[in-house]
Amino acid sequence: MPLAIVQAGRWVRIVTVNAGHRLQNRLAAMGLVPGVEIKVLRNSMNGPFLIEVKGSRIMLGRRMSQKIIVM
Amino acid sequence: MKSKITVALAGNPNAGKTTIFNNLTGARQHVGNYPGVTVERKEGLCRHGNIELQIVDLPGTYSLTAYSAEEMVARNFIIDEKPDVVVDIIDASNLERNLYLAVQLMELGVPLVLAFNMSDMAKARGYEFDTEKLSRFFRARIVQTVGNKGTGMKELLDAIIETATNGTSDTNHKDEKASTDLLSSKANIRGAHHQAMPIMNYGWEIEKEIAKIENLIQKNRSVAGKYNARWLAVKLLENDRELRAKVTSPKINEQVKKSIEHLEKVLGESTETAIAGARYGFISGACQEAVRSTIEIRHTISDRIDSVVMSRVLGMPIFLGLMYLVFQLTFTLGDPPMEWIDNFFGWLGGMVQSWWPVGSESLLKSLIVDGIIGGVGGVIVFLPNILLLFLSIAILEDSGYMARAAFIMDRLMHKIGLHGKSFIPLLLGFGCTIPAIMATRTLENERDRLTTMFVAPLMSCGARLPIYTLIIPAFFPQAWQAPMLWIIYMIGISLAIISAKLLRSTVFKGESVPFVMELPPYRIPTLKGVLIHMWERGWLFLKKAGTIILGISILLWAATTFPGLPERSKNHFKNERNAVSTSNLPEKEKAERLTAINNAEAEAALEYSISGRIGHAFEPVFKPIGFDWKLVTPVIGAIAAKEVFVSQLGIIYSVGEADETSKSLRSKLRSRYTPLTGFCILLFMLIVAPCVATFAVMKTESGSWKYAFYQFGGLTLLAWVLTMIVYQIGSRLGIGIG
Repeated sequence: MPLAIVQAGRWVRIVTVNAGHRLQNRLAAMGLVPGVEIKVLRNSMNGPFLIEVKGSRIMLGRRMSQKIIVM
Repeated sequence: MKSKITVALAGNPNAGKTTIFNNLTGARQHVGNYPGVTVERKEGLCRHGNIELQIVDLPGTYSLTAYSAEEMVARNFIIDEKPDVVVDIIDASNLERNLYLAVQLMELGVPLVLAFNMSDMAKARGYEFDTEKLSRFFRARIVQTVGNKGTGMKELLDAIIETATNGTSDTNHKDEKASTDLLSSKANIRGAHHQAMPIMNYGWEIEKEIAKIENLIQKNRSVAGKYNARWLAVKLLENDRELRAKVTSPKINEQVKKSIEHLEKVLGESTETAIAGARYGFISGACQEAVRSTIEIRHTISDRIDSVVMSRVLGMPIFLGLMYLVFQLTFTLGDPPMEWIDNFFGWLGGMVQSWWPVGSESLLKSLIVDGIIGGVGGVIVFLPNILLLFLSIAILEDSGYMARAAFIMDRLMHKIGLHGKSFIPLLLGFGCTIPAIMATRTLENERDRLTTMFVAPLMSCGARLPIYTLIIPAFFPQAWQAPMLWIIYMIGISLAIISAKLLRSTVFKGESVPFVMELPPYRIPTLKGVLIHMWERGWLFLKKAGTIILGISILLWAATTFPGLPERSKNHFKNERNAVSTSNLPEKEKAERLTAINNAEAEAALEYSISGRIGHAFEPVFKPIGFDWKLVTPVIGAIAAKEVFVSQLGIIYSVGEADETSKSLRSKLRSRYTPLTGFCILLFMLIVAPCVATFAVMKTESGSWKYAFYQFGGLTLLAWVLTMIVYQIGSRLGIGIG
């Protein structure tokens, strides 16, 4: 499922990132690679998305949260 | 051993890189820009023992890919300028993510030192490091530091010098070039296994392809010398745009293409994902062996603050409150020192003036007093604002709040195609456009930054207020005055929004940069860091903008001074003055008449000068918007500073020294122009070309004259077109011409 529909407070694992090279690299550098566990901290219907990964807080655009597939 | 070594500081944003840089270099810093990009280049000197260290603060990056200007700059610096040592500043309390860059630096084969910064916080959070073990993993000496307390600096410098001297950072290895060569040849990799050296291994499938490419690279002279072969091979597999374009050998490119295709088939994911995954795997492995984490409380305090600061209800009010505070601090607290500076230059001008006999005419005097002192004073007067502004911004940024502000404002700013962070510069624009443009430095993305800079002057600045306060009461009844002022500001804001959207979807289009941003934990900013930050900006402004503004001020002075009135008309005024002085009119009337004659002479002189002639020459151009030469000349003068419009209008209407409350000037304007023209003046002055200081800052901040000219021309054209439409429609329909 896309990360966008995960409720705040839940832990999920990244399966794939459906994005171009640019975005994949950027996300990888910030720790968002397949296999990594992340926690959704905030998911309000519009506006940015807040997650926790490897101990840091990362803000994502909504569009991006749709491109990250998790389980 | 060299007596001077170059050290590059690399590291993630928010890892405390700047603090360490400040600790090492103190005030011995130099700030500039990397050529061609808006990325800042900071350098400083430091002495340790009898060795001089030149320290370069690379931009904060998460990785060494070619996907942002910052990463490119950092990478190219390391490859091209070959610093003797690279220090990777690592946030020890967020180790795994920060080590991602360290792995890449290690692969690059540079002499590396890792500074585990904020190690006190890491300890408090229950981390324990086996630095000896970790240093074997990363082939680098590891030093624990606490940047904001200055601890570990001596050890860090020792490690840097030792690494620079030995060529390798790992004390366990005798071979001088071990760190480079170990990674670049297969034999050594096997050898490393022998010594139980942990190595960054990408797994059998990827390693096979790396070896193939590496082989070809080593045979190719044009690339082999410049890059570490293994590193280049990995980067090519990672699809690095810049490096793939740089490698021209068809043989290598063919192999890279084949390898990528093959790997994506067998691995079922893109090569860059696989490679990044392997790097994190290596890091986790290292951390599992060498890091003990007892508790996980990294974010407890930050989370508690965020639950208030970023809550749905309070987030916005707190943000607006803080912005109001910044605004107040910048423009209210800045007022008294601004007045002192203003008074000082007034006094200086008066003193210099007194060296010449009263009433004498001297060009040199006029140049020094009106041109140089007036011009320089006009620049320095902004300094308190700029220092205070950057003080506030440094506090907001260093404390970690700025990232939260971007989060809160993002939804709104996103609608006009900008980043949440653009809000702060735009807000500051209401005070003064110069700090607004300088504040765009907080925006990482070049296009966002340029767009914000371009529209910033549409936020009506404080210097335009005198124009509004002169014109509005002159043409509009009491009840209309406040709404009219509000309308003008609103027009500015709407135009900024429309222009931003337009620019972002045309000139500054391109891939919309993915919005990913880290929210760093809150920290208490250090006084030293904040002060250095503030001083840096202030100095940059004084030095760069100062020279340009001074030049243009002198030019504008010359334009209003030359050519002087011919002798004949000068004599005419002299005779008139003599006639009045020798007449037997009562003293009071005499004085009045003399002032009238002086004012008339000033008017005649201005009309006769280049500036007056330009006004006349441009009259046809301004006709469609209803301006005559008497309005055009002050419009040109206002390029020096917006408020000059008022004083020049005063000269032209022969009322002498005018200010925005001048009643006689208002009545003269009212008798000559219609309210429609009045509104057109407001509209035109709101939009038209920014002042010289803005122009100069635009040049230094965008790094190019081109953008400064585009902004100047673009806004002027926009002002003309809009005012023309309003004037033409207004006069056809007969609105406001009574």
